[in-house]
Amino acid sequence: MWEGITTGLLTAFTPMNLMMVVVGCFAGTFIGMLPGLGPISAIALMIPITYGFDPASGMILMAGVYYGAIFGGSTSSILINAPGVAGTVATAFDGYPMAQQGHAGKALAIAAVSSFSGGTIGAILLLVAAPALAKVALSFQSSDYMALMVLGLTAVSAFTAPGQVLKALIATVIGLMISTVGTDPSAGVQRFTFGSLDLVDGVSFLLLAMATFALSEALMAVLKRDEVSEAAARATAGDLGSMRVTREEVREIIPVIGRSSILGFFVGVLPGAGATIASFLAYGAERTFASAKEKLKFGKGSIRGLAAPETANNAACTGSFVPLLTLGIPGSGTTAVMLGALISYGVQPGPRLFQNNPDVFWAVIISMYLGNVILLILNLPLIPYIARLLALPRQILIPLILFFSLIGVYLVSFNTFDIHMMAGFALAAIILRLLDFPMAPLILGFILGDMIEDNLRRALTISDGSIAFMWERPLTAVIFGLTILTLLAPLVRIIRQRRGAMLSGEGG
Amino acid sequence: MNSNINRTTRRAILGGASGLAALMLIGGSVSAAEIKEIHFLIPGGAGGGWDGTARGAGMVLSKEGLIEGASYENMSGAGGGKAIGYLIETAERQQGTLMVNSTPIVVRSLTKVFPFSFRDLTPIARVIGDYQAIAVRPDSDIKSWGDVVDRFKKDPRSVKFAGGSVRGDLDHLVPAMAMKAMGHDARKVAYVPYDAGGKALAGLLSGETELLTTGFGEAIGPHRDGQIRIIAVSSDRRIDGIPTLKEQGADVEFANWRGFFAAPGISGEQAKAYAGLLKKMQETGTWEDLRAKNGWQNLYLPGDQFAAFLAKEEKEIGDLMRELGFLK
Repeated sequence: MWEGITTGLLTAFTPMNLMMVVVGCFAGTFIGMLPGLGPISAIALMIPITYGFDPASGMILMAGVYYGAIFGGSTSSILINAPGVAGTVATAFDGYPMAQQGHAGKALAIAAVSSFSGGTIGAILLLVAAPALAKVALSFQSSDYMALMVLGLTAVSAFTAPGQVLKALIATVIGLMISTVGTDPSAGVQRFTFGSLDLVDGVSFLLLAMATFALSEALMAVLKRDEVSEAAARATAGDLGSMRVTREEVREIIPVIGRSSILGFFVGVLPGAGATIASFLAYGAERTFASAKEKLKFGKGSIRGLAAPETANNAACTGSFVPLLTLGIPGSGTTAVMLGALISYGVQPGPRLFQNNPDVFWAVIISMYLGNVILLILNLPLIPYIARLLALPRQILIPLILFFSLIGVYLVSFNTFDIHMMAGFALAAIILRLLDFPMAPLILGFILGDMIEDNLRRALTISDGSIAFMWERPLTAVIFGLTILTLLAPLVRIIRQRRGAMLSGEGG
Repeated sequence: MNSNINRTTRRAILGGASGLAALMLIGGSVSAAEIKEIHFLIPGGAGGGWDGTARGAGMVLSKEGLIEGASYENMSGAGGGKAIGYLIETAERQQGTLMVNSTPIVVRSLTKVFPFSFRDLTPIARVIGDYQAIAVRPDSDIKSWGDVVDRFKKDPRSVKFAGGSVRGDLDHLVPAMAMKAMGHDARKVAYVPYDAGGKALAGLLSGETELLTTGFGEAIGPHRDGQIRIIAVSSDRRIDGIPTLKEQGADVEFANWRGFFAAPGISGEQAKAYAGLLKKMQETGTWEDLRAKNGWQNLYLPGDQFAAFLAKEEKEIGDLMRELGFLK
């Protein structure tokens, strides 16, 4: 193995490949920042360019672009509440409120450092254990995935402020319902399409996220002008571009980063899960472990709520290279594109890759580490400038947000129907928000709904229609157990508090 | 992408004008030499099978100097229906466009995913094909197709097939055809759908199912690596020594073809010119390299023969799907 790592180091550190990492990271960050263009489009743009390269250089460039795009994606989530990639939705939960409170620079810096740490810890785990982890990747079956997605859904509880529980649940159900539109994932039957060709593929994540997050947020700013101008004044008064993080805050996020990167990495290793699930799980887990006081901050600008998903997201992206490189199984759309590229180079990813093409295998892993370092160096000095974007006058910023979110969606589909649908969703979202419904559970339900259904139906087919797998398969049962614990934990605490209050009442 | 479309439009107008001029000058004989550029319309996203075929063909054609340049446009949606609809609607300015497609155009027009069929387009040529493979884990007790059938006879639910498409689509149809050919009830085939071939492979390897049904090109890499063992292939003769379904008693021969279509209403000469160009492409060394790398089989079939093949396939698949209860 050490021989392989040396080969990899030598390959990754050639001037040509170093340049590839830098160019890839830079291009990726830029593409990723535009709402609408995620890692898949970024990598797809790179494929024709990489045809002439040798496989190692091509993969290094693509890995750089991949990282850059994920990194850039968190910027638009934090600054304008426009998560262009599902993996950065959870970043917007707390990152955007932080930016609204005038801490945009700090939020971006925490995101950058969390991404770096998650990616780096992931790369080290990959380096040490990739071949051994192939077994882990295959340990999950459909029923386990289904349970894992349900556990992810418990992250909704972060949006259940007192008196809001019912509204958060209703929003989740609306999200789940929207996810059923389109071609059913197992039988191929069309549902709720009303015979329209435009609805056959269902509602795209990007469209719904842009409509309910970015568009509705920008339009709400117009509706609630006074409140917003107050917030804007506060934001400009506070030092928007400052990246200063206090020592207590550093102490607070270090354990978060540690936990979330390990969680994220292992979820990423599972071909049926990926970065989005990883970020939700990390967000939910962090909130479960938080103290009652800290819990209230979640969804309103908690640094732990920002660091956890951002770390997990990047660690999971690194983890997803385990099934790709060791089994030839792509866990996400992005790694599927990379698999296609590798095969067209004549490289067959699989258990023999690190024997047959050790240069490709190790160079990719080492360039991931390198890519993370370069991204950090590239981005930290830019943060104060990027953050100042929010200091733009509202009458310029809001039209810009509207423009970029609409164009972002249109450029993916070239379908004017999508624009109409987006406007409809934005309008509905505004009404719901005026009635105090949180939007995050809706998008959470939408993202997880598809996956829960897909895995549940598969599990049912495999067990010939019996639901016994829910308790008979140990892994599934354990994950369901965790879900129940997560849901019951606050109840236990409430009961204990009441009892405590009663006891102290008796004493006094 | 936008500029791409604009360029196409402009080129189509120019092409149309010069075509008209040529018609007037030499009385309507358009030769293959006059196709200078091709715009490839890809009904799916980057990195998929359609994408690889179209970009591969464009690359070979340009590299070998058969055309001067190729441009590409990915338009995914409605299982390919969006691109077909677009090609039909804008037919008069798509004279220079070729759309790639494959067996799903037949399946999905039958299941009414989209309201079009190959008859609404001009079939140019079938170019390549990928046979279907049935595979097991290397340590499986199932050693041959015969073992599958034996188990199926005892309990159809004991042999489940993992595949990368929805129920009633290709990966499901091949094991169903094979069981039907041996006189068993095709409706009893237990098929477990995954959202991609790779996920189906993961399903097999995780022990969720006993069998995998997928494209041969996708299965041959893992087979050579010893991850899986292919027990049968749907070709007419053995590939790499792997026995065919036919020799194991299931009289089935099936290839998921890929080919090219042009807009409706292009002239017969031009369609012939495109078909000729694709034939020349397949005779080059560059193509041979690409084909071997991707595990494709050459299955060239031009114009009218292609259309006849499509009609035959539509009937066969339609009959089977009706029998399976996917069509009424």
